[in-house]
Formats: sequence, structure tokens, C-alpha cells
Amino acid sequence: MIDIFREYWRHYLYTDGYQFTGLIVTIWLLLFSVVLGSALAVPMAIARSSANRFVSRAVWLYTYLFRGTPLFVQLLLCYTGVFSLDVIRNHELTNAFFRDGMHCSLLVFALNTCAYTTEIFAGAIKATPAGEIEAGVAAGMSTLQLYLHVILPSALRRSLPSYSNEVILVFHSTSVAFAATVPDLLKVARDVNSATYQSFAAFGIAFLLYSAITFSLVWLFRQAENRWLAYLTPQK
Amino acid sequence: MSSLLHGYGALVLEGALQTVQLAVCSLALAFAIGLLGACAKLFGSRWIAKLARLYTTIVRGAPDLVLMLLLYYSIQILLNGITERLHWTQIDIKPFAAGVIVLGLIHGAYFTETLRGAFLAIPRGQLESGTSLGMSFGHVLAHILFPQMMRYALPALGNNWQVIVKSTALVSIIGLSDVVKAAQDAGKTTTHYFFFIGVAAFVYLLITTASNLVLRHLENRYDVGVRKVNV
Repeated sequence: MIDIFREYWRHYLYTDGYQFTGLIVTIWLLLFSVVLGSALAVPMAIARSSANRFVSRAVWLYTYLFRGTPLFVQLLLCYTGVFSLDVIRNHELTNAFFRDGMHCSLLVFALNTCAYTTEIFAGAIKATPAGEIEAGVAAGMSTLQLYLHVILPSALRRSLPSYSNEVILVFHSTSVAFAATVPDLLKVARDVNSATYQSFAAFGIAFLLYSAITFSLVWLFRQAENRWLAYLTPQK
Repeated sequence: MSSLLHGYGALVLEGALQTVQLAVCSLALAFAIGLLGACAKLFGSRWIAKLARLYTTIVRGAPDLVLMLLLYYSIQILLNGITERLHWTQIDIKPFAAGVIVLGLIHGAYFTETLRGAFLAIPRGQLESGTSLGMSFGHVLAHILFPQMMRYALPALGNNWQVIVKSTALVSIIGLSDVVKAAQDAGKTTTHYFFFIGVAAFVYLLITTASNLVLRHLENRYDVGVRKVNV
């Protein structure tokens, strides 16, 4: 295993000499999709918990479709499926966008995590104690002020534990990106496997790197919870 | 049916059945491993509990796809080594068996945590009163702890089941002809890629929707005898 790592460590960590590969691509996939997905999820969650049935049902349909099908199938649909349509290939812009596996992966991962995160945030928004909102209304707050200063700060904090699970799941699911020819960590491991036939070492290194990042993420989120959820811990 | 879907209806249907079979078998194995793991963590001796913790930590650290490839290739190589040493003919692991073993091992770790949490939700007095009546530990487990544990575990088990269904899609990568593989093959020959992968996505949507309905029914069943209060 050490010999393989000594020979291929650059490929596993950041480059094969021509392009970025391995861990750095995996982390880029994670960061981009989580940041974009969560930013979109906040307005979606507000719409999802809205009293307007039509708005709420529309967002429900989106999360239902994305949560009901596997990410792998969504990626295949976007990468091989959409690109096989003539409409897409005949337009210059869409042709250029969907030709690139990286674009498709980023789009699908962001939309997928956005669906899960929307449900997490919406659940937290709905669980806001009625008294807090009534207090805000009584203090003469507008709806916007209510969301900015009362509902969102507390709801986003309370969703931190389930949100951390979602981020780790996204990190794990970036490994399907190889299906769109993205040179992520698992793609490197597969290439090393076919070059050396040392399956255990090739996938074992990827396994160790993935685990290291997972445990770092767990540690980071524990710090975040200590900081932002300190007021919810039972008093000793 | 065969004229439907450009003549690939039968292939897709077969793939869908394969997917459901794989998911159900993996669920059974994962549940068994999870039950063992939870009991090992809660009631086992120190070393057994440590071993169970090692297992859940290792498995939950890495993506299921990485573990799948690691185990799939390594188990085959290990088996080849053994059969060669014993001068037997090579035994090839079938993709279905490999899929069940790998998915069962991976999700067994998640089930361990789910079931452990549910066991912890039962008041300790239940176990103690059982043993004080002279019941053996196995009896207490089967007749007192397990039925109560299932009620607490069911919502999380439902989520785990949905995750298993969705991760069966990855088994096409190690060569199982499930619904994803069928859709890809049909798409390749007819060039209607978008349509066929859409069909595969629809099959998954059907499975998850149907299991949602069954789970709601099961939750109502296990909640029988629990008083509900409307606020």
C-alpha cells in the first residue's frame, strides 16, 4: 500500500500533471454543491413551510422527485440522458454546458442536496415555538424582520445536527461523480487499480483519505454545535 | 408489455425485480447485523462492545461506493488465494451475492446505531422486571425489549430502507443487471438515453412511494396501545 501511495500520491491528492485530480476535486465538488445547495435551500424552506398551499406543494414536488430517486440515476439522466437530446446539442450554450461532466455533476449534486436541506430547514422552521413568533408580532416586527431576526437564526441553529449528517452524506455521494468522467478521488483509485491490479491498496488508500475527511467534518461540526447550540444543552 | 418501451419492457421489468430483490435481501442481512451489533454494543462484554464500535466507525467513515469496490475486489482476490492454496477450481462471486453482502455489511453499521438508539429509549426497569420474574435474557429480548424497540426504531428504519433502495443503484457498477443497467443497455441500443433513464428513475420513485405507504401502515400498527394526545 505504501509503495502505491509513494508512486501515485500526487494523483490521489491533487494532480496527475495535466489537470486537478483526486481529493482536491472531491472537496471542490463538496464545497460547491453544499454552499449553493444551502443558499438555495433557505428561500425554498420558507416557501415549503408557507401557508400558501400552492407554493408549498410546488416545493414539495421538487423535493419529492429528488429525494425519491438515487443520485446516481439523476447524474446519469443529466449527463448521458440530457446530452442525448437533439434540442440540447443544437444550442451552443446548452451544448457547451452539458458536454462537460463536471458541470453536470455540480448541477446535480447542488440540486440534490438542496432538496434534502430544504426539508431539514423547513422542519426546523415549522418547529419554531409559536410564542417566539407571537412575541415578534407583538413587538411590531414586519414579516421580513420576523424571518431575519427571530425565525431563521433559531431554526438554522436547531437544524445544525441533521445538517451535519447531510453534509457528510453529500461528501460520500460525490464518489458517484466518476460516472460523469470527473477525475475525483474514486476515479483515481479505479485508474490505479486498473494500472497496478492491486485492488486492496488502490481502494484502501481512497478509503483512508475519505475517512480522514469524514472525521474532520464530524469534528468541525461538533465545534460548530458547541458554539451555536450551547444555549440548548441541559444545564448541569 | 414487450411492445412497450421500444421492446425493452421485459428487460426493464426484470431489472426492476432484481433491484427489489437485492434491496429486500440486503435489508434482511443489514437488520440481522444491526441487531447483533446493537446487542453487542449494549449488552456485550467490553471487548465485544469495542469491536462493534470499531466496525460502525470504519464503515460509516467512507462512501458506500468505495467500500463496495474495496470489498468486491478484495473478497474475490482473497477467495482466489484460498481456492488456489486448496487446489480447488476458482469460485466466482456472483454480482447479486456480492451486492447483498456488501450492502448488508455497510448498512448493518447504520442499523446498529438506529437499533441501539431505540433500545436505549426503553426504560431500564423493563429489562430488570423481566429478569426478576426469572426470564432468560433471550426471552426478555424477544418478548419485552424487541417489540417495544421496534416502535421507536420504525421511523429511522424507514429512512434506512429508503437509503438502501437508493444505494442498490450503485450495484450496477459491479456488474449486476438491475434496473439502472437495463436502462443503460436499452438506452445505448435505441439511443433514447433520456427516456430510458427517466424510466429507471420512475421505477425508483414507485418503490420509494410504495414503501412510504407501507411504512405509514406499519407505524400505525406498532403504535397500537399508545395513547395519542392532540395539542
